[in-house]
Amino acid sequence: MFSLDLLLNALVAGILLGGFYAVVSLGISIAFGLLDIVNIAHPVFVMLGSYVAYILNAQLGFDPVLTGVLFAPVFYGLGLLLYQIYYASFERRGAESLRGLVFFFGILFVVEVSLLLAFGVDYRLVEASYIGESLRIGPVGIAFRLLVPCLIGMALTGALYLFLSRTFLGRAVQAVSQDAFALRLMGANPVRIKRLAFGIAIATASLAGALLIMIGPVEPAMNREYIGRVFAVAVLGGMGSVGGTLVAALILGIVESLTATFSGPSWSVAVSFAVLLLVLAVRPAGLFGR
Amino acid sequence: MTNRTFAVVAVTVLVAGVITARLGVNQYYYFAAYVVLQYVVLATAWNILGGYTGYVNFGTPAFFALGAYTAVVLIKSIKAPLAAQLVAGAAVAGVLGFAIGYLTLRLRGVFFSIATLALAVVLQTMFINWDYTGGARGVTLARPPVAPFGASYVEFLFVVMLGLAVVAVATARWIEGSWIGRGLAAIRDNEEAAECMGVPTLRLKLVATTVSGVLMGLAGAPFPYYLTFVEPTSVFDLNYAVNSLAMPMIGGSTTWIGPVIGAVLLGTAQQIAMVTISSALNLLLVGLILVAFVILAPEGIVGLVQRLTRASRSRA
Repeated sequence: MFSLDLLLNALVAGILLGGFYAVVSLGISIAFGLLDIVNIAHPVFVMLGSYVAYILNAQLGFDPVLTGVLFAPVFYGLGLLLYQIYYASFERRGAESLRGLVFFFGILFVVEVSLLLAFGVDYRLVEASYIGESLRIGPVGIAFRLLVPCLIGMALTGALYLFLSRTFLGRAVQAVSQDAFALRLMGANPVRIKRLAFGIAIATASLAGALLIMIGPVEPAMNREYIGRVFAVAVLGGMGSVGGTLVAALILGIVESLTATFSGPSWSVAVSFAVLLLVLAVRPAGLFGR
Repeated sequence: MTNRTFAVVAVTVLVAGVITARLGVNQYYYFAAYVVLQYVVLATAWNILGGYTGYVNFGTPAFFALGAYTAVVLIKSIKAPLAAQLVAGAAVAGVLGFAIGYLTLRLRGVFFSIATLALAVVLQTMFINWDYTGGARGVTLARPPVAPFGASYVEFLFVVMLGLAVVAVATARWIEGSWIGRGLAAIRDNEEAAECMGVPTLRLKLVATTVSGVLMGLAGAPFPYYLTFVEPTSVFDLNYAVNSLAMPMIGGSTTWIGPVIGAVLLGTAQQIAMVTISSALNLLLVGLILVAFVILAPEGIVGLVQRLTRASRSRA
């Protein structure tokens, strides 16, 4: 049963979802796209952000977005620490490809099981006055629990774009991704800049996690669905291009939403992975790759 | 270890297994031993691609589940015997391995790894939506009433898995010592250089992915009779991916004995932890041990032992 209303609603939901996927993927676009660090554990840090938002919301009634912003510095510190271990153990020895990957896979597993031990497999959710409200424009309904993450996602993407293209540090991050050796010759320390950038990448997970639990209830194993999504977005967007990340996230959101509406929600997870496989097989450089 | 000693050890292990199967002690021990042996097969299979060739495969559950579901289809449709299930499961998983091998043509390193992870999720979704094999609810199967030998069917399956483990380890050992193994090692160290030196890299990678897939399918094929219940989340469990990668990493990934040591140690420890502590906590332990090993002892136990013997020899 096909109807125009259904299609319109699915499209709008897809765009809203896509805006949120952009926030989740930004961290991967920086870490994987610019720094060449295969942080396969990024989605599990997003889950960590969700659970922090859950605790503060359930115990103290904090707004999830507020928690996400408040804890960004903590996540930033976590990112610095993680990069330091990664650098000292793998990157400096030139063993990052195989062992670095296994390292992050191990981290993913440890964090996921820790969350499982602490919170169990129950779905957790947050409460805020605007969650559950929605806006109606003609036949199209816009739920606030989707609209807020999308708007914040767009804002964060814009801010990161400005940071990377306008500020001195941001340009240094871009430079380190192009030629770390040349950067060293210019008198800058590439390790310090990569550490900072990786910290920012993990910091985005704090906010992304808060938005994730706002969209719907979460459970620890959910991060695995997002591994496919974030890598699909990062690769489709052309590895490290912030604008590309946003466009790719919107495409993925729309495709997923249409699939969920017309062939059932159980297929929507496979969509991202199928997109990923397709992009890798056909155009590994992505849409906006150089 | 010479070929003859290896053959003697292999036969001894098999005979010991058959005798053990007739002892008829508490069934739980066969149940637990089966899982450990299954990990020996999976870890050895993973290592042929991951350890020898340097391509990290996160998709172990995909191959394992494909073996298991092939067996399910054969049982449901024609009540095929276990031997047929093993052959078919291995063949189907082998075809998938061959296909994955072609992916390595375009994708190197990390992209290959992510693609294998993607593959597992896509396959899982397909099985969730496939009603013939029970969909998300899973399917219950009855074992044949009598076992060919052994006190009961569980003992029989234990011997089968022991046989598969011996086959897997012998295959890995043979590959390692042959020109194929040297070619794979060349790919691992520097694929471009290997290609330039005339190593047929694509053909060798196809051999590695296919053999690895076949062995993982073999490990999965007896699973339906083992548990008599198959559902997507249990056969596509991420634990298979973590364990089949952690065990060679902990044992030592450049020799055939590494995955065996890793699987026996880690597998047994997990079985003990599962009954004494809790299953979630034992998974946490695996993750922590994996991270610790990959940071502190990247060559695994085999590498540690080699380093110690070398140090003591140079001191003497």
